Amino acid sequence: MEFYVFDGTLEGLLTAIFYAYQNKVKVVKLVSEEHYMPDVFDRRFTVISEDEKAKRVWKGLRAKLNKDWMLRMYKSFLSEQPGAYQDIFEFARYIIDNPAGAEENYGNTYVLAVSQMAQKVHREKHRMEAFIRFQKTTDGTFYAHIEPDFNVLPLLIDHFKKRYADQKWIIYDLKRKYGLFYDLEKVQEVTFDFATEMSSNLNALPAQLLDPKEELYTVLWKDYFKSTNIPTRKNMKLHIRHVPKRYWKYLSEKQDFE
Amino acid sequence: MFDRIREKLGILADAAKYDVSCSSSGSNRKNENKGLGDAEGTGICHTYTEDGRCVSLLKILLTNHCIFDCAFCVSRRSNDIKRAAFTVEEVVELTMNFYRRNYIEGLFLSSGIFKNADYTMERLVRIVKKLRDEERFNGYIHLKTIPGASEELLKEAGMYADRMSINLEMPTETGLKLLAPEKSHEEVKKPLNFIQKSIATFSDEKAIIKSVPKFVPAGQSTQIVIGATPDTDKEIMHTANAFYKNFSLKRVYYSGYIPISYDNRLPVIGTQPPLIRENRLYQADWLMRFYGFNVQEIVNDAYPNLEVDVDPKLSWALRNLEQFPVDINTADYRMILRVPGIGVTSALKIVQARKFGKLRQDNLKKIGISFNKAKHFIRYADSPMQMQDFEAGHLKGIILSESHSKYQKKPISQLSLF
Repeated sequence: MEFYVFDGTLEGLLTAIFYAYQNKVKVVKLVSEEHYMPDVFDRRFTVISEDEKAKRVWKGLRAKLNKDWMLRMYKSFLSEQPGAYQDIFEFARYIIDNPAGAEENYGNTYVLAVSQMAQKVHREKHRMEAFIRFQKTTDGTFYAHIEPDFNVLPLLIDHFKKRYADQKWIIYDLKRKYGLFYDLEKVQEVTFDFATEMSSNLNALPAQLLDPKEELYTVLWKDYFKSTNIPTRKNMKLHIRHVPKRYWKYLSEKQDFE
Repeated sequence: MFDRIREKLGILADAAKYDVSCSSSGSNRKNENKGLGDAEGTGICHTYTEDGRCVSLLKILLTNHCIFDCAFCVSRRSNDIKRAAFTVEEVVELTMNFYRRNYIEGLFLSSGIFKNADYTMERLVRIVKKLRDEERFNGYIHLKTIPGASEELLKEAGMYADRMSINLEMPTETGLKLLAPEKSHEEVKKPLNFIQKSIATFSDEKAIIKSVPKFVPAGQSTQIVIGATPDTDKEIMHTANAFYKNFSLKRVYYSGYIPISYDNRLPVIGTQPPLIRENRLYQADWLMRFYGFNVQEIVNDAYPNLEVDVDPKLSWALRNLEQFPVDINTADYRMILRVPGIGVTSALKIVQARKFGKLRQDNLKKIGISFNKAKHFIRYADSPMQMQDFEAGHLKGIILSESHSKYQKKPISQLSLF
């Protein structure tokens, strides 16, 4: 079995596609350095990311796929799932090898796999848009941290920038150790050295860092959540399907701290 | 101060929750002034209540003082409950601060009617105006139309709101007269009609002059309470259908009546709200709006009520077995959409995918149709030889025994009241 080992970046993945054509290989297993397990019987080809080659492949795909599909490939890539890398690789080759329009063939394993993974990532992005809860800090910045299943921060920029144009905000991914910071002009990537490991719980910021009115609004929101419920209609199964338990840590209304 | 605002929010959110709409989609209000919020595109449910309903908007009444005495309403004049009223500033502050923390998509503002219709409507307008003009708020605003308010005020409200709604309350005029003698469907139709006409005028002008402002960009909706009066599903669906058609409504909401009164015209307190029936009505509503069904096909004189144990699409299919099986590889989209177990997304995928070759069982399963249900109604490339024609009752039995419906296993606790 021949292995293509790449650096885990999108550029690397696209470069690998380029080499698959240059080397005229048919069957190849694409793995990122992180997931690669060396085996004496395997042949290894190390893919060095190259901007030029990656761009050529991207352009080639762009000529056949609309924006939606390009975004789907990107979302699928952000899943960081080893299987997804292979699916994108095969999908891209299927598109390149076939006449335009092949992406509509949901009977093809890779077309379906890429579109389904993209959908999963999209759902996680949407959940973050819903479940992020900002806390206002003493300097007026609104802070939230998350631990999403997939690397969705890049997909959140546009949404939060448009929406919170008049307030500074930070969304930090504790798992991947980087965040987004909006300074009223632009969004930039930031990393912090938290002195101690930050708890993933919602109320992890020390009280002295919070705006004096923060507590009031947290309490009012919890009150509202309670008042708007209709007890005779209670249906916890449905509730949990919509708000899976692993997201409760983000939600002030699901915390008991009174 | 702290406690007073908490108490007000408690009372006025509690009183507002029976309005079930929480939609925050369908508007096109962008954040173009570098203010707060953006109401373009799809809505977001920021959380869900324990009863599984979406929480997208801060849904409150301005006040629960009311001069009317509608038997089905918790804020009715004769009800002995705590009353409260927000100030304009309080509503604005709550909305802005909840929005800034990403709790909500916007505001759903309704009110009991105090003094008179115009007085109330004028207060509501003052709030939305302040939000838009002073606070530069671009989030979603759903504003209640107060029946009887002047056209000038409605027009002003429409300049600030994304959606406006006014509730029919009861599916039929007789039902409404019984429970709310002071109200009528006519006084709901009048403002619906006025706002619909205004929306049309504004959009015509906008086609010519780009600077024409927005007017209720997310359209109008209404709500029908079900199970408070003895109306059939046929009456409910036909009313809904007529309102969709005549007033271009975006949504009709069906709200299972939750007993809140000892009034003997109404189901007694403690009666289970008709949740299954409500669910079936929404399914039927979807069939009309997205699946190309005519209301007559779903409920008619022969079948005035939706079945409880199967969904209305399956119910229709079982009554029309002569139209099946449908060949997945050749039938047109319209007919594929009618197969029980196939939704809009899957139907679209099927029509795209079959251009590349005949679809087989494993393709269909992967595409994500509910195969166990659909298999009785379809033919595909490798479908087994058809053994026999099923009779509808027999087929229903098979499907029910193979499926895990969220309802059928529980005892039917929903008693017929009439």
